[in-house]
Amino acid sequence: MTEPLLTTEDLVVTYGRGRRAHQVLHGVSVCVAPGETLGLVGESGSGKTTLARAALGLAPVSAGRILFRGEDIAHVGPRDRRRLARDIQVVFQDPYTSLNPAMTIRDILTEPLVAQGVPGDKARSRVLELLDRVAMPANSLDRYSREFSGGQRQRIAIARALALDPTFVVCDEPVSALDLSTQRRVLDLLIEIQERTSVAYLFISHDLAVVRHVSHRVAVMLRGEIVEIGPSAQVTEHPQHPYTQRLWAANLVADPDEQERRRQVRAQLNQIAADAATLSERTTP
Amino acid sequence: MTHELEAPGEQVVIARKSVWRRLLHNPLSAAAIVYLAIVVLVAVFQSWIAPFPPERVVPTLTNVSPFGSEYFLGGDRAGRDILSRIIAGTRGGVLSGIIMASVALSIGIVFGLIAGYFGKVFDNVANWVFSVLLAAPGIIILLALYTLVDVSMPVAMAVLGVIASPGVFYLVRTLTLNVRNELYVDAARVAGLSNVRIVGRHVLLAIKGPIIILAAFLCGGAISASAGLEFIGLGNPAEPSWGSILNDAFANLFIAPWQLIWPGLALGLTMAALVLLGNGLRDAIEGSFIKPSLRTWRAEVTGLAGAAAVVRTLGVRGASKAQAGSPETSHLLQIEWLQVGYPNGGKLNPVVDDVSLTVDKGEIVGLVGESGSGKTQTVFAAMGLLPDNAVVAAGSVRLDGAELLGLPDDEFAQVRGSRLAYIPQEPMSNLDPAFTVGSQLMEGIRAQSSTSRAEAKRLALAMLARVGIVDPARTFKSYPHEISGGMAQRVLIAGAVMGKPHLLFADEPTTALDVTVQAEVLDLLRDLQREYGMGLLLVTHNLGVVAAVCDRVVVMRLGQVVEQGTVREVFSHPRHEYTKMLLDSVLDHTEARSPLTEEGGPSDD
Amino acid sequence: MLVYTIRKLLTGAVVFVSVTALTFFLLFARGGYEIARSFLSDTATPEQINARAEQLGLLRPIPAQYWDWLVELVTGASLGRSYLTNAPVVDVLMNRSPVTISLLVVSLVLTIAMGIPLGVVAATRGGLVDRGLQIFSVTVQAIPNYGLGLILVLVFALGLHLLPATGFVPLSRGFGPWLATIILPSLAIALGSIAFVGAQIRGAMLDLMRQDFVRTLRSRGVSRRSTVFKHALRSAAPPTLTILSLQVIQIVGGSVIVERIYALPGLGSIALSAGNSGDLPVVLGVVAWIVVIIVAVNLIVDVLNGFLNPKARVR
Repeated sequence: MTEPLLTTEDLVVTYGRGRRAHQVLHGVSVCVAPGETLGLVGESGSGKTTLARAALGLAPVSAGRILFRGEDIAHVGPRDRRRLARDIQVVFQDPYTSLNPAMTIRDILTEPLVAQGVPGDKARSRVLELLDRVAMPANSLDRYSREFSGGQRQRIAIARALALDPTFVVCDEPVSALDLSTQRRVLDLLIEIQERTSVAYLFISHDLAVVRHVSHRVAVMLRGEIVEIGPSAQVTEHPQHPYTQRLWAANLVADPDEQERRRQVRAQLNQIAADAATLSERTTP
Repeated sequence: MTHELEAPGEQVVIARKSVWRRLLHNPLSAAAIVYLAIVVLVAVFQSWIAPFPPERVVPTLTNVSPFGSEYFLGGDRAGRDILSRIIAGTRGGVLSGIIMASVALSIGIVFGLIAGYFGKVFDNVANWVFSVLLAAPGIIILLALYTLVDVSMPVAMAVLGVIASPGVFYLVRTLTLNVRNELYVDAARVAGLSNVRIVGRHVLLAIKGPIIILAAFLCGGAISASAGLEFIGLGNPAEPSWGSILNDAFANLFIAPWQLIWPGLALGLTMAALVLLGNGLRDAIEGSFIKPSLRTWRAEVTGLAGAAAVVRTLGVRGASKAQAGSPETSHLLQIEWLQVGYPNGGKLNPVVDDVSLTVDKGEIVGLVGESGSGKTQTVFAAMGLLPDNAVVAAGSVRLDGAELLGLPDDEFAQVRGSRLAYIPQEPMSNLDPAFTVGSQLMEGIRAQSSTSRAEAKRLALAMLARVGIVDPARTFKSYPHEISGGMAQRVLIAGAVMGKPHLLFADEPTTALDVTVQAEVLDLLRDLQREYGMGLLLVTHNLGVVAAVCDRVVVMRLGQVVEQGTVREVFSHPRHEYTKMLLDSVLDHTEARSPLTEEGGPSDD
Repeated sequence: MLVYTIRKLLTGAVVFVSVTALTFFLLFARGGYEIARSFLSDTATPEQINARAEQLGLLRPIPAQYWDWLVELVTGASLGRSYLTNAPVVDVLMNRSPVTISLLVVSLVLTIAMGIPLGVVAATRGGLVDRGLQIFSVTVQAIPNYGLGLILVLVFALGLHLLPATGFVPLSRGFGPWLATIILPSLAIALGSIAFVGAQIRGAMLDLMRQDFVRTLRSRGVSRRSTVFKHALRSAAPPTLTILSLQVIQIVGGSVIVERIYALPGLGSIALSAGNSGDLPVVLGVVAWIVVIIVAVNLIVDVLNGFLNPKARVR
């Protein structure tokens, strides 16, 4: 394997302090190679979004390290963060709130460039290039985000993430809010961009099918820990950890016969994990 | 691949007009702007405009009536020209409005932004200080100050601005708190923007609307307050002001009550203009984000002959079609030629267009479509729970052969719950946060039949146990925020099947749930459906859900049914292009992406 | 619930101390000599002024003076004596309070009894009532409460001779005469609140009727009427209470001016005249007493909110 681009070592994230302290990640270690997609699956509350936010400097790291090209970025100040912005970018889940409704598409796309001191005329030509790359018409520039559909907004968000030619992009559920047909097109756009620019993705989703489609490797999270990690095909087709097996059996596919089979597998697994399930039901508030 | 057109449901909506143009378009706001502009001009050029110096005294014109002498609006009790005094007082009024509003706004905005954006200690301290300020009886403190120190009107207005600042502070803080957690602020941080830049650019830009609106109202309040202070005799008596003119007139109440009219009118019109401007701004700024109000819709539905005509013709057409093609009544639910629309500008925008489908006893039918396909509206129409601004233009909905459309609301209410039931999508927003789970369940039972409270409680507890809730008694007493999303969805299922309905509508019942919980909830739905022999119409965008539980499937697109059939038939041999495209978009059968090879050549498919 | 109430009480106590301390500082910052000069006659010599200031303890540091005032209040339930009449300030307040409290209570009752139904009807019926409410609220917002006071005097007292224009009759001399003197000024204060509360209730109700849970309840056969009156009104209650508590502050402030128009011997008018004559203990006493009223109203509202909103109790 090549030298990893981003590595987390025993990462611990805790929100709040004192009596209200709530540990969300309990020592997570993953790495992403240049040009690679690491898929991250898990259910709500598993900590997958927190891991992503920690990598972006948006979550409080209380222990462990986040290495980017060997440099620990877990606690960097605003100045280093600005420098890192050239390499690390993000596409969020909800394309409706990730774009400022009061700004035009031009302002949204120019902003990261201006923040890095790119001169005006250069920024202008770069913005056109970006729109073209995500297959949006050039006349979108002076419109507001509310004039676009969910899929189009997500393309704009992708263009913003690509503005500085990053080497690493966090994709936090980028297609969950989109319709089925749009979802497929946005995923294929992300893959195509990766093949062209060798950008690495940390790709978060609750949908196993989506994750296996875009990820080279897949990590499964449960209650703030990684329970299984490995090549996409292996994790999604021959899961080892009981939780991954349950997740896989619960995942719905658009095939009635396959669905029948999975229901039986699930019934067996449920029998085995019956105690664990009641326990978790009781502990959830 | 990426250059394909967006799906048809994803049209670009262009609805943009500048706030200014919208504002001037509204006659009331336009009039208010013109009036305020005149007031400002008078304030600036008062000495050229006033016919006499405000202090000129002509004893013979004391209390002279208006329109009869050189004093056009009459003379006051000291023989001065009321018109000239009102003109001279304009400057003070305008200035006090500007001073108080700008002091209140600058304090409130600065502290509100900092407290809302950075939170923590500063937020606590600021919150505390402003809550004290809010509790202080401002006017009385000001009164005390006034009489002790020689406070000039500008200083007094600045103090009033400080006293009024908590209102601005709380507004800005709340708005900032909402914006702070928006993803675009996170995106700006990731882009490397400094906090100052984020606050100045993103936050302020996003919250400017309500602040501008508040500013208009603040100016009005300030002018009123300064006149009030002058009215009770504070302020500089040498300088004419609207308040002191009012006070002079008040002293003359029993001699010449008409004198109250002029300063009152000057004051009232100015404040009315500011209030109207504020309201106009609200409509202009917020109107660009929200849909037209219910009232507008209603006016269009009832008032426009065009819309009515459309509804009528469609109704005739639908009815004739419905009669032509429906002799059999053996279906549990039979929807025929259903057309639902939202009237807009004399036209009916159909969201459900000639939809026909059936659900039999004991059958699970999946209603599939992407956003905007009209699937949810179809269900709402069948339950008689469409939003007030929607119109069922045509068609028929029959349950056990009996027509439901057109039933009066109280009769429809009897059908709902007992024979029809509904499970919503989002578990949390479908429970009233102010009532316990148990009381909401009992409310449904007691609405359907005259059950005693004890019996209703027993039923509710039994039903909670039936839907797989471990500790029914505890859940019964819980408030919605105290239970998890999965449990809330089970509670909603319990609420729906409590009356043992014949037909159950489930609108994306598992979309908001985690994968493993989703599977359990679907199993539960299936078991209940078999146990009670219910017909189930399951609305979903997820083809996996259809494959898991449905017998038949109906595919909708842009308000129309494009294909229906048994699940196996449709999934293995889709006939319509759209169905094929949907099935092709499913990622279940694509190869997993293989690991990145050493050479760095990622291999896909 | 008890802990919640106690915490709110403590908060109220701190607010009281903060506001009175602030007022004290503002009032006494001029220094003892200036204060004494302002209420002594013009013929008083500097020596006399100094002696009086010394006697009243006005020459000591302001924090020490405030501390004494606070200690005396807590231990002796006393707010000091008037500089001019030497009467205990508490007695002065007790004499003047019936007017202001009558104004407060009657205008609150008017606000609740008229504002809430108006908002509910406007939201549920729409049409004429709705449009009427909107016109009413713009009109009332455009006229300051003293303006309304003047108009009411002109119409009902001077024009129709239905009610007395000025003066106050205490409740002890009969409900009818009391109400006759208090209704016009209360209405002058309350009209703005009625429009405001009505508009807020209307907005809250419209919002709530669009909530998902209303539709879900109706899907179980619960009638529209019942969802409006049980769920929508209940959910609109906490914001309404908060609005009402803010209105109390407005009403107290507005009463100063309205008391002048109707020549009512209330707290506002005594504050005004005491301020004019430099009688600081009386001014301070009025401020303290009004803060107590405001804090008490806020406390009641907070506790009621705790009952109505299950989430507020947790925090």
